[in-house]
Amino acid sequence: MLTVENLKVYYGMINAIKDVSFRVEQGEVIALIGANGAGKTTILHTITGLVPAKSGSITFKGINLLKTPAHKIVGMGMAHVPEGRRIFQELTVYENLMLGAYTRKDKKAISDTLAKIYKRFPRLEERKTQIAGTLSGGEQQMLAMGRALMSKPSIILMDEPSMGLSPLYVNEIFDIIREISKSGTTILLVEQNAKKALSIADRAYVLETGNIVLDGDAKELMNDDKVKKAYLGE
Amino acid sequence: MQQFCEQLLNGLNLGSVYALIALGYTMVYGIAKMLNFAHGDIIMVGAYTLLLSSTRFGLPWYLAVLLCAVVCCVLGVSIEKIAYKPLRNASPLTVLITAIGVSYFLQSSALLIFGSNKQKVDSLIKIKGFTVNGINVSGESIVTLSVTIVIMILLTLFIKKTKMGKAMLAVSEDKGAAQLMGVNVNATISLTFAIGSALAAVAGILYMSSYGFVGPYTGSLPGIKAFVAAVLGGIGSIPGAMLGGILLGIIESMAKTYISTDLADAIVFGILIVVLLFRPTGLLGKKRIEKV
Repeated sequence: MLTVENLKVYYGMINAIKDVSFRVEQGEVIALIGANGAGKTTILHTITGLVPAKSGSITFKGINLLKTPAHKIVGMGMAHVPEGRRIFQELTVYENLMLGAYTRKDKKAISDTLAKIYKRFPRLEERKTQIAGTLSGGEQQMLAMGRALMSKPSIILMDEPSMGLSPLYVNEIFDIIREISKSGTTILLVEQNAKKALSIADRAYVLETGNIVLDGDAKELMNDDKVKKAYLGE
Repeated sequence: MQQFCEQLLNGLNLGSVYALIALGYTMVYGIAKMLNFAHGDIIMVGAYTLLLSSTRFGLPWYLAVLLCAVVCCVLGVSIEKIAYKPLRNASPLTVLITAIGVSYFLQSSALLIFGSNKQKVDSLIKIKGFTVNGINVSGESIVTLSVTIVIMILLTLFIKKTKMGKAMLAVSEDKGAAQLMGVNVNATISLTFAIGSALAAVAGILYMSSYGFVGPYTGSLPGIKAFVAAVLGGIGSIPGAMLGGILLGIIESMAKTYISTDLADAIVFGILIVVLLFRPTGLLGKKRIEKV
């Protein structure tokens, strides 16, 4: 479904992504794990066109994303929940959700999706007229996820959904990710919380300073000595 | 009392023009995070368009207004495409200098084409005024105030109620996130320049109906004052630009009547300094909390 091949990304002179290849198949949950600065966020930003690539290719449903304008990508069925959530702080919860459906035209279908999202996140419905900037961190994460789901994506890229959340919220967010996956949406998950990420992923890639150093079945990686030592703190 | 009311009306009149120009400054700042110092000169271009279309060629008023709006829109959007878009990722200082350059370019072009002499523009407003309790209400005031009120209502509705308006708010808060929603950021920026320039055209027409003369530098002083109004109200805030413009017009008009004509501008700018000392974000400006 999504194939990244020999991707190289530079920030000015700095080579952030050296040579990265991976693939995501339909229905999978793929985790990209790695330390701070390994390049996880950069990879997601390159996929959705926020950062240009130097070379390589990113193919989604047979189309080269590197040649697609960034604002067209969401309409192809790819949603991105960015790091730090980046909800529109000055708009209401409802307005944020509706911006998630910006590229969709069918009003009836949009309100169906909205109803589903309110069912999945009752707190967003309770607070729909509230200014999004006043939500708690966990609620903002839910809003960012709801906003992404409003585009009816076939794949969601999630960047550090657990960042800055209390353990209670972390569990809730991961339950939701599992649910989203069960409903048939493919997930590419970037996480520093490797333990959590590997527990819900099918396969995973381990990123170190711009290179993939390890990949495989998530359960196997969980028992890998190197991964245990470097990322699981055991 | 009679004098006070008339001056208040004058102030509202002048303030409306400032507010319309300030809206352009503030919207462009909100979306593109740049100070478009060429914005004032768009008014001058609008005024010259009015001079040619209405005073010289005698087009009916609605065609003249339409032509002014179209010319200014096209000019504003072209300036953005040619001068500012290539600098989207450049430092703010580079963009600022470019904007000042564009401003001089427009002024010098007008100087070259029309010469340095100010030329008389006939007012488009033919409505007669009236008198209540000895207070004169001019036709210009009636039209200026009603046009400004209608424009402000329409603009607010557009931003609050339409999908495109929401997209503008989204882009002004976070371009990247807006792009992830599928918003075409470049198109949104163009639209903002188009709206701002159309408002400047209207402001130019209204300004001409009160002042009546256009020269190559006609736009610069109202432009600067409208910029002050935008900052006073809180740059980036649309209600702020409206409030700032109106306030500035009233202050200027009152200062001219009750203090000194020569000192009026000094007072206007002095008030800006004082307000910014106590409220650096302007009257309605919000302090943006950067969350990581």
